[in-house]
Amino acid sequence: MENTVDKTIITVVGKDTVGIIARICTYLSEKNINVLDISQTIVSGFFNMMMIVDMTASAVPFSSCQQELDEIGAQLGVSVKCQRAEIFEKMHRI
Amino acid sequence: MINIFEVNETNKMIEQENLDVRTITLGISLMDCIDSDLEKLNHNIYQKITTVAEKLVKTGEEIETDYCIPIVNKRISVTPAAFVGAAACRNPEDYVTIAKTLDAAAKATGVNFIGGYSALVSKGMTAQDENLIRSIPQALAETDYVCSSVNTGSTRTGIDMDAVRLMGEIILQTAERTKDRDSFGCAKLVVFCNAPDDNPFMAGAFHGVTERDAVINVGVSGPGVVKRALEQVRGESFEVLCETIKKTAFKITRVGQLVAMEASKKLGIPFGIIDLSLAPTPAVGDSVADILHEIGVEYAGAPGTTAALALLNDQVKKGGVMASSYVGGLSGAFIPVSEDQGMIDAVKADALTLEKLEAMTCVCSVGLDMIAIPGDTPASTIAGILADEMAIGMVNQKTTAVRLIPVIGKGVGEMVEFGGLLGYAPVMPVNPYSCEAFIGRRGRIPAPIHSFKN
Repeated sequence: MENTVDKTIITVVGKDTVGIIARICTYLSEKNINVLDISQTIVSGFFNMMMIVDMTASAVPFSSCQQELDEIGAQLGVSVKCQRAEIFEKMHRI
Repeated sequence: MINIFEVNETNKMIEQENLDVRTITLGISLMDCIDSDLEKLNHNIYQKITTVAEKLVKTGEEIETDYCIPIVNKRISVTPAAFVGAAACRNPEDYVTIAKTLDAAAKATGVNFIGGYSALVSKGMTAQDENLIRSIPQALAETDYVCSSVNTGSTRTGIDMDAVRLMGEIILQTAERTKDRDSFGCAKLVVFCNAPDDNPFMAGAFHGVTERDAVINVGVSGPGVVKRALEQVRGESFEVLCETIKKTAFKITRVGQLVAMEASKKLGIPFGIIDLSLAPTPAVGDSVADILHEIGVEYAGAPGTTAALALLNDQVKKGGVMASSYVGGLSGAFIPVSEDQGMIDAVKADALTLEKLEAMTCVCSVGLDMIAIPGDTPASTIAGILADEMAIGMVNQKTTAVRLIPVIGKGVGEMVEFGGLLGYAPVMPVNPYSCEAFIGRRGRIPAPIHSFKN
C-alpha cells in the first residue's frame, strides 16, 4: 500500500473559469509544494479537481497553506479544501 | 492511489451528511489525588485534571484543521467521585465541593462536559456512596459542566433496589432544584445497569477503576451518512440493506480510529477504545429515527420499529468492529428523544410511547434517553421505570441507562427546550398506575441464573 504520510489532498469545486489550475499551481510552486497527481473533470459547467501534493518541503505550515488557498479560492469563486490524505486512505482502503 | 470519487464521497459525508467525530473524551484517574483532607483533595483533583488535559482542546482543534472533519466535543471523564471522596467527605455537602472543583477544572481546560460525578452501587451502597448520591441534586444545580451517573445493577450482581428507590427521589429533587431551567439538571444525570468503564459519551461517561492513569476514548457518529446510503437501496432485500449499513459503519469508524490515533500521538496518552455509536443531534438529517423511517417504518414507534432497530444496531457493530481493533463503550444506535428530530416528530404524531421506547431499548445500545415526563410523576413511579430498564439490562447482559427529565410545572404535550445538542422534547405521558408497594420493598434483586458462568 502506498505511503500517504505527509501527502495532502487539495480539492477544488465550483463554477468553471479561466486560470483556476494556474492560480493554484503558481501558489504551490511559490511555496515549494510538489504536485504528485492531478485529476480534473467538468460536470455541467462545474469544475471539480483533486490534487495530491507533497508538503514535506513546504515553505509554509499546513494551517497557513490551508488558509491562503481558501483566500485564493474565494477570489476565484470556487471552494478550495486542503486535507491530510490519511482520512481518505483510512476510509476507503482496508 | 486515492481517486477523485473517493475524495468527493468523504467530503460529501462531512459537508452534507453531518459526518463528524462526536467526542474525544480523555479519561483521567483521580485515584492518586485521594487525601483525607478535603481541601487537599480538591487541590489535587484540580491540579491533576488541568495538567493532564491542558492540551486536549487545542489538540482536538488541530486534528479538525488537518482533516477538515468536525470534532464536536472535547470532554473529560474521571474516576467515580464516590471513591475519590470517600476518605475526605463526611456528608453530601462535602461531595458538592468536589463537583465544584470538577466544574472549575472543566472550565479551565475548555471542555464542554466533565463526567464521573458517579457512584457504582450495583450490589450495595457504602455510607460514602449514599452521601454522593444524596449530593447529586445540589451538585448538578450549582455546577454547569458536571455530569453524574449511578450504576445500580449488573448481570453479575443483580439490582440494588435500595439505590433504585433512592434514585427515583434524587431525579425528582434534581428536577425541582433546576425547575427554573425546565429541570435541566436531570439531563446531566444517568442511571445505569452494566455501565461500561470506557464510555466516552455524556452524561454517563466515567473513568473506570479498571482503567490506566489516562486514556483517550473516541465516540464517532454519523446517522446522516447511514440514512443517505440507505436512500440508494430503497426496496432492496435485507441482505443488501445490511451490507450497506455495514459498509457505511466501517467508513465512519475508520475516521474515528484515525482521529483517536492522532489524538493519542499528539497528547502522548494511550488510545483506549472507539465507541461506534450512531448518536443523533437535533440537526435535520442527523437522526436515527430517520434511518428507521428509511428502513421502512412510517414513524419510529410503528410496528416493526424494534426489529428495524435490532437490525440497525447489529449491522453498525459488525461494520465497526472490522474497522477498529478496540471497540468499546456503548457502541450501537442511540435513541434519545429530545436530541433527535425524527423521534420528536414521532412523539408529536402519537406514534411513539414510553412503552414502545422501553421495548426498543432491549435491542439498542443504551436505554430510555432524554425523555421529558410530567413534573408531578411520583418518585416511586420513576423508580419503577428505572427498575424495569435495569431488569432489561441485567437479564439481557447489556448496558441500559435511563435519563428521564420530570419537568416541574409542565404536563403532557407541553414542549421543553434544553438547547444545543440536548435539543427539545414534548412531555410524554407516563402510565398512571402505582408501583409503590413494589418499590417500597427493601434489599436487592438477585443476579439472574445465567450470570453463573464460572
